[in-house]
Amino acid sequence: MAGSRLEFEVIDKRVKTVEDAVAGVRDGATVLVAGFGIVGVADHLLEALHDQGAKELTIVANNSGNGDYGLARLINSGRVRKVICSYPRSGDYSAFLNAYKAKSLELELVPQGTISERMRAAAAGLGGFFSPVSAHTRLADGKETREIDGRLHVFEKPLRGDVALLKANKADRWGNLTYLKSARNFNPVMAMAADLSIVEVDEIVDLGSLDPEAVATPGVFVDRVVAVGANA
Amino acid sequence: MTKPAYTRLTRDQMAWRAAQDLPDGCFVNLGIGIPTLAASYVPGDREVIFHSENGVIGLGPKPKPGEEDPNITDAGKNLSTLVTGGCYVHHADAFLMIRGGHLDVSLLGAFEVSETGDLANWTTEDPAFPPGVGGAMDLAVGAREIRVLMAHTHKSGSPRILKRCSLPLTAPGVVKRIYTDLAVIDVTPKGLVVVEMIPGMTLELLQTMTEPKLHLADRWQALAPPQAMAA
Repeated sequence: MAGSRLEFEVIDKRVKTVEDAVAGVRDGATVLVAGFGIVGVADHLLEALHDQGAKELTIVANNSGNGDYGLARLINSGRVRKVICSYPRSGDYSAFLNAYKAKSLELELVPQGTISERMRAAAAGLGGFFSPVSAHTRLADGKETREIDGRLHVFEKPLRGDVALLKANKADRWGNLTYLKSARNFNPVMAMAADLSIVEVDEIVDLGSLDPEAVATPGVFVDRVVAVGANA
Repeated sequence: MTKPAYTRLTRDQMAWRAAQDLPDGCFVNLGIGIPTLAASYVPGDREVIFHSENGVIGLGPKPKPGEEDPNITDAGKNLSTLVTGGCYVHHADAFLMIRGGHLDVSLLGAFEVSETGDLANWTTEDPAFPPGVGGAMDLAVGAREIRVLMAHTHKSGSPRILKRCSLPLTAPGVVKRIYTDLAVIDVTPKGLVVVEMIPGMTLELLQTMTEPKLHLADRWQALAPPQAMAA
């Protein structure tokens, strides 16, 4: 009967607290951290991950955190082994800078579009791609190259996360997501590229109330959602 | 020392000059720094669409006081606006546009440019100053035309336009035009061609501040932005 079936197989990605949201993140995990500067960053989840205690993390992000909260706080607490990013010098990046100068974390600098495309390749089940970006530069050192139609291309491997920490505006219990303006940035591609995609949202709404045309990340890519806004 | 018989352009005047070359209807990415200022100086009768790497298609001017939206920023993380007709895309699509040749022009800042158009703008190799490539390499190989805005010399007076870049490259052979605070210079197969110079500048004097050989265009012009912007 439909009624009893729903009772046992209902799809429900909602969790009650940020602690529940980040439960199970392991030491040594690769964590995709969405955001551009301070926009579209899951700061509540990053704080919860700090409290959860996972260490030896590899962070994939565009920037390297701000001040002493969120990603910067994880770095200040020595939880981050490696940062894969395009532009660490953004805002108050003192946490990163101190660790970088002390050589207590490793920086893998990746051209910005290559970061997101490597994640997209992982999400799409591809073994990588050839890109003209970084050809003939130091950032291509050690990478396979191939001339395609007379132009040198560099082979880039897929980049998959164990976990993605994401920020969206609204979610429903299926995990469908909408974003606000440029806060969308890395969130959709990171949602697709992680084994466990965790999202903090301003508001969780009833299934059916999101405009299907406005859903930018389908819930199939999402594992856990937690409301953190004033409407939580 | 005698005072030079010329006045270097301000950052805004350089940005104004670059903006005059943006054709009607073009799709343009502005790099962080001086290039960002160019958005304010596009002639009013031209429609230009500004692309921002964080996924803003149709980036507008700075917000008016009281109208700031924390969810709209430009590539330099400054608060910005969306123009009427603009939209948002996610990051991989913003860079698909860059890499895939969908941008007509990108204006970029630089540390150094070579006489063959090599661009160096991502690392100074200072161990205390971490490198930051951002979208520079994507833009350098992806936009259909790369134009650079930068001061003509370092503060020490040493040239930034060199026979070969001393810093690691962002991309080889991509820069087509250089706007400096002294001149507008085209990178051509025959070498560097000065097409405009500021009042009081001579080719001989400019050459002393530039490492590779400069050629003066037959129809070179005075580089004279509105004086009101000099302040």
